[in-house]
Order: sequence, then C-alpha cells, then structure tokens
Amino acid sequence: MEAPSILPLALEDISLRHDGQQILDRINMLVARRRTTVVLGPNGAGKSMLLKVAHGLIAPDSGAVRWSGLSGAAAHARQAMVFQKPVLLNRSVLANIVHAVRLQGIARAKAVHRAHTALDYVGLGDMAVRPARSLSGGEQQRLSFARAWARDPEVLFLDEPTASLDPAASWSIEQIIVELRREGRTAILSTHDLAMARRLADDLVFLHRGRALEAGAAAQLFADPKTPELAAFLKGELHW
Amino acid sequence: MPDLTEGFAAAFRLLFGFDADLWEIIVLSLEVNLAAVVLSCLIGLPLGGALAVYRFRGRKAVIVLVNALMGLPPVVVGLLVYLILSRSGPLGSLNILFTPGAMVIAQAILVTPIVTALTRQIIENLWQDYREQLTSLGSSRRRAIPTLLWDGRTAVLTAVLAGFGRAAAEVGAVIIVGGNIAHHTRTMTTAIALETGRGNLALALGLGIVLVTLAILLNAAAWMVRERSTPEAALVAASR
Repeated sequence: MEAPSILPLALEDISLRHDGQQILDRINMLVARRRTTVVLGPNGAGKSMLLKVAHGLIAPDSGAVRWSGLSGAAAHARQAMVFQKPVLLNRSVLANIVHAVRLQGIARAKAVHRAHTALDYVGLGDMAVRPARSLSGGEQQRLSFARAWARDPEVLFLDEPTASLDPAASWSIEQIIVELRREGRTAILSTHDLAMARRLADDLVFLHRGRALEAGAAAQLFADPKTPELAAFLKGELHW
Repeated sequence: MPDLTEGFAAAFRLLFGFDADLWEIIVLSLEVNLAAVVLSCLIGLPLGGALAVYRFRGRKAVIVLVNALMGLPPVVVGLLVYLILSRSGPLGSLNILFTPGAMVIAQAILVTPIVTALTRQIIENLWQDYREQLTSLGSSRRRAIPTLLWDGRTAVLTAVLAGFGRAAAEVGAVIIVGGNIAHHTRTMTTAIALETGRGNLALALGLGIVLVTLAILLNAAAWMVRERSTPEAALVAASR
C-alpha cells in the first residue's frame, strides 16, 4: 500500500441512459480515503450501474469519473471489483487467483505465492486444488474476494456481494469487508440490505431511481434523514 | 449376400493380417488428416477467438461468410487448389501437386472454417459472461482470447474433433489434388472409391470398417470429454 493514493474519487454529473430509461441521473459523489462508502437503495435504483461506471466498466453518457493523481489504466490497476454473482474461470481455485495476479505483469512463482496468501486470507487455504466451480456459493464469493485482495487494491468495488448468499456465508463475507477496512483499504459497497449498511457504512449515498437523494456521514443520515424517500426506506416502507 | 459376407471376411483377414498396403494407406490418411487439422487450429482458434471478442465494421459479414464456408463442396476446393498448384498456376513453382502436402492444404481449407466458426460461437458465449470480470482484472481483449480458449477447452475440443471428422470423411478434394497414386497419395477414402470401381471389395470394405470405427471413436471421445466436463464430474474428480 506504499503506492500513491488515487483517492479521493469524484463522480461529477454522471448520467446514463439504457433502453430509453434514465438509469443514472446527474450523480455527484465524493469517495474519501480509508472509509467504507455504502451506496444504499432499493432494487433498480441504479447501484450496480453506478459502481460499474466508477470502476470504468461502463462509459457514462455524460459526466466524469475523476481519480486523484493517476488516471486511465494506472488508476484502474489500483482497483478491484467483486460482483454479486462470482464469475470464476473453469480451473482450480488457485489458478483463478494466479491468472488475476499474472495480469498485473507479475512472474508466475511470485503470483502463486501471493495466491496462497490470498486463500489463507479468506479461509480457503485447504481448497487450492479444487475446481473453482465445485465450491459452494459462499466459498465462491470468498474466492472472488481473495482474487480481488491478491491484486493489492487501494479501492474495492463490492456490488451486492452477499445478496445471493445465506446468512452464515453473508456473515463470513462481512468479516472480510471489515478486515479490508482495517487494512486501510477503501470500499464502495452497494446494497439494499439496511442492517448491513448500518453495520459497515462510514459514509452513505442514498440512491433512488437513478438519483443520489442524500449523501454524507452514515450516522447522521441514519439518525436524521432529510428526504421522505430515505425516511421511508429506513422504516422499511420503500421497496423500489 | 455371399459377396458381402465374403468381402467382410477378406477385409478382416487384411486388417488383422496387418496387410502392408492397407496399413500404409491408413497411416498416410491419418497423417494428412492430422496435419490439416493442426494447420486449421493454428489459424482457426485465434481467428475464431478474435471474431468473438473484437467489434469492427463488417464483423457480421465476416461471420456469415465463415459460417457459409463450412459447407464448401470438397470437389470445388480440390479444383481450386489444383488450379493454384498446377504447373501453370500461381503457386505451380512449388511443385507440390499430387503430393501429401497438397492434400493437407486442400483439407485445411475445408476444416479451417469449421474450427473458426464453431470456436467463434463458443468463445462469444463465454465472453458475454466473462467480459466485465476480465475487464475489471485489467485483461485486454487480446489477452482474453487465450484465457477464453482455455476456459472453453472442452467445447473447443469438440469443434476440433468435428473438423477432424470432416477431413477424415472427405474424398473429393484429396482425390483431385493428390491423384490417388499408390504408395504415395492414396488415402482411405480415395482407395475405397478406386477399389470399389475395380471390384476389389475386400480392400474397400476393410478400409470402410476402419473409417467407420474411426468416426465412432472420435464421437465417443467428444462425448466423454463433454461428460467429464460437467460440474458433477469435476466434483468426483476433486474428491478422489
């Protein structure tokens, strides 16, 4: 983590249309260093799209994604993303991580070493030779985290990482997210799970129908929502 | 049907008596088929992968063309290669008409579109699932092609086997450019055509039995590859 920081990240007036629908509508947000920013909102609010735009997987129709210091591929190399549904290669658990590390231009021997460290990090150390797709859903998601961690990212985009998992698996993923923050990494986590947001968020962005209705310190927003939408969502009365 | 039973009996005597002429033909056939398939893979695997991941003007037209070339009539390919390699043709100076080399070229022209088109379809499907994850990991499209080919290896192998089946079964191209010269360019299919015409049914049937057996073995191999690649098989393999 000695490399120069690419934070804070500024999203400026991000708009995105898809199939005639306004997915993201003039979003402005700032992501601070070494904090966990939770993008909270009901299903269909545009949370996944916002993370993908910020990570550079989707180009916005208008607006800008500005990292500090670095840009383009250099900034991208300091980021990693974990998707709701893990996409794993049809090879062993270990080979999945080695592939990801090798893409950073790291030699095989060193990549294998780092892959083993990453598997220990998420508690999959004894599954290295298993075919990745024979793992359970929770284990597959932990492997996704190990793969992201192995690239030593400063910023992690976590797109509803527990949405398809049972409570026990979700809990183990949350432990990893807590550990990532303790290491000084910055996470941008999207979720519709209010309880999870309360446990993990330092900062909060409330997204509703493609618009960022509220943003700020999580404790304050939870205590004193300014918009009727967030107030309703906190009461469990806003479903989309 | 005394002719048929006698023919089969004579055929088995030739096969298991290891008749030198018969086995010479079988070995040459396999060499030509194999060389043609290797050549086709060297071209078709990367080409199919590139057609799957790159987007460019005229891409659809290229895909339609490659798909159409899968149905090339072997005699027409034989005729074209004959014209190109004949003494007055553009590549006549190579002096390879009526050699196994010419047969390899003709069969490669027949097999390459099959390997390319099937590979393109397989890799395009994979790319849809992997694109965001691989892009997130910093993989370029070019770098993604070998990754995708390896991940789709079982499906790709069935495409290669389909190409081999085409090469092993065709007669029109090799008979024109090879000339069906005894001890030099006589393959199983051309020998069957010739010996049937000459009334030498034992040799023709013996070769026919080998060809059919080969086809069955190829299909069985393709089937086993697919079976072994199921998640259940992976689990069984991992628990051993």
